[in-house]
Amino acid sequence: MPHDHHEDDFHHSGMSPSGHPYREDDDRPLTYWQTMEIAMREILIEKGILTPAEIARQIDEMDSRSPANGAAVVARAWVDPDFRHRLLNDASEASREMGFDIGPLRLIALENTADTHNIIVCTLCSCYPRNLLGLPPDWYKSRAYRSRVVREPRKVLAEFGVTLPDSTTIRVHDSTADMRYIVLPRRPDGTESMSETELAALVTRDSMIGVGLPKSPD
Amino acid sequence: MGGQAAGAVLPEDHDYALWEKRVDALMVLCSSKGYFTVDGLRRAIEDMGEEAFETMSYYERWVAAVNQNMIETGAYSLAELGERMELIKARGNTYGEAADA
Amino acid sequence: MPELVRVKSMMPPGHVRTPAYLRGKCGIIERALGEFANPERAAYRLEKEMQPLVRVRFTMAEIWGDAAENPDDTLDAEIYAHWLEKAD
Repeated sequence: MPHDHHEDDFHHSGMSPSGHPYREDDDRPLTYWQTMEIAMREILIEKGILTPAEIARQIDEMDSRSPANGAAVVARAWVDPDFRHRLLNDASEASREMGFDIGPLRLIALENTADTHNIIVCTLCSCYPRNLLGLPPDWYKSRAYRSRVVREPRKVLAEFGVTLPDSTTIRVHDSTADMRYIVLPRRPDGTESMSETELAALVTRDSMIGVGLPKSPD
Repeated sequence: MGGQAAGAVLPEDHDYALWEKRVDALMVLCSSKGYFTVDGLRRAIEDMGEEAFETMSYYERWVAAVNQNMIETGAYSLAELGERMELIKARGNTYGEAADA
Repeated sequence: MPELVRVKSMMPPGHVRTPAYLRGKCGIIERALGEFANPERAAYRLEKEMQPLVRVRFTMAEIWGDAAENPDDTLDAEIYAHWLEKAD
């Protein structure tokens, strides 16, 4: 695993002894690459190529994107057949219609049905629908996932706790170029009386990547 | 990478550190201003070779690739970068100390 | 009739967006996506050249042969037109 060497750098931020959250990266030994980031940023600001405000805004936007955005889109598609149709026709436009600023992202929604199940990957790098779901999880960027899911998707799914019958066709989608993908999972049984908001809470990040299923309503 | 043998997919994840988010922001902003394309970024990462994938973290590869593209496009020189990095190292031993000029 | 295409099996060095595991494999065009800048030029900061981009659907049997987990499962990938040739 590529990240093993740096495992210590990747622990979640915790609380300081005084009970305040702190950023672990701030009080660890400075690395060569962190030094390069600081230097590049300062030089670009001094040269007028970037402003501190632009950088701060970009980070704020990044922080504001999360799988909850995608979950809202999925839940809307479950309750509104016209929206579902628009989503499958043009997922970028449908996401914008819901108020999500996804920039120039070219998004395709892949619908799971009774006999097909979709999974997304980027074997060449780590393309991900980040403008809608936020930044990808580490495993999505791992050599193991990128290497194996195109060859043995069923084994990989089993490792995520999902076993599908042989009669279900699995469609793996490799984001090789300009499109990004989101899986539209199947609406779970027993959710007929649930509201759109309640439904959105069932939609997990992994179910929109295709390595998981939505939560059950109980 | 696609199709090669590899071990189990471990459910790894972490919260991104501030310096990683800053690298991400530099990539998005510099590419949106036309200094390079996502293909230029990918090309620079691929040119680092297999070893970089094993020894550098994701955003370490990204910062190296953004820098490579900015150098190629003439936004600043290697000497400017090198001299600034020396100044930054002298500010302190942690990211927090060095980043707050 | 779905259009059958083959991914060219060439192996030039440098930045390309055609995965090695699909070179020489045949699939059908799932949908056309329009024209996009050729990444092989964009990666080297050369003048923009537009190329049609299509999604090609391959069966796992076509890609992996007998090693496929389930021969009828599929893999879809976006491939630029200059990497495709007609197949019959």
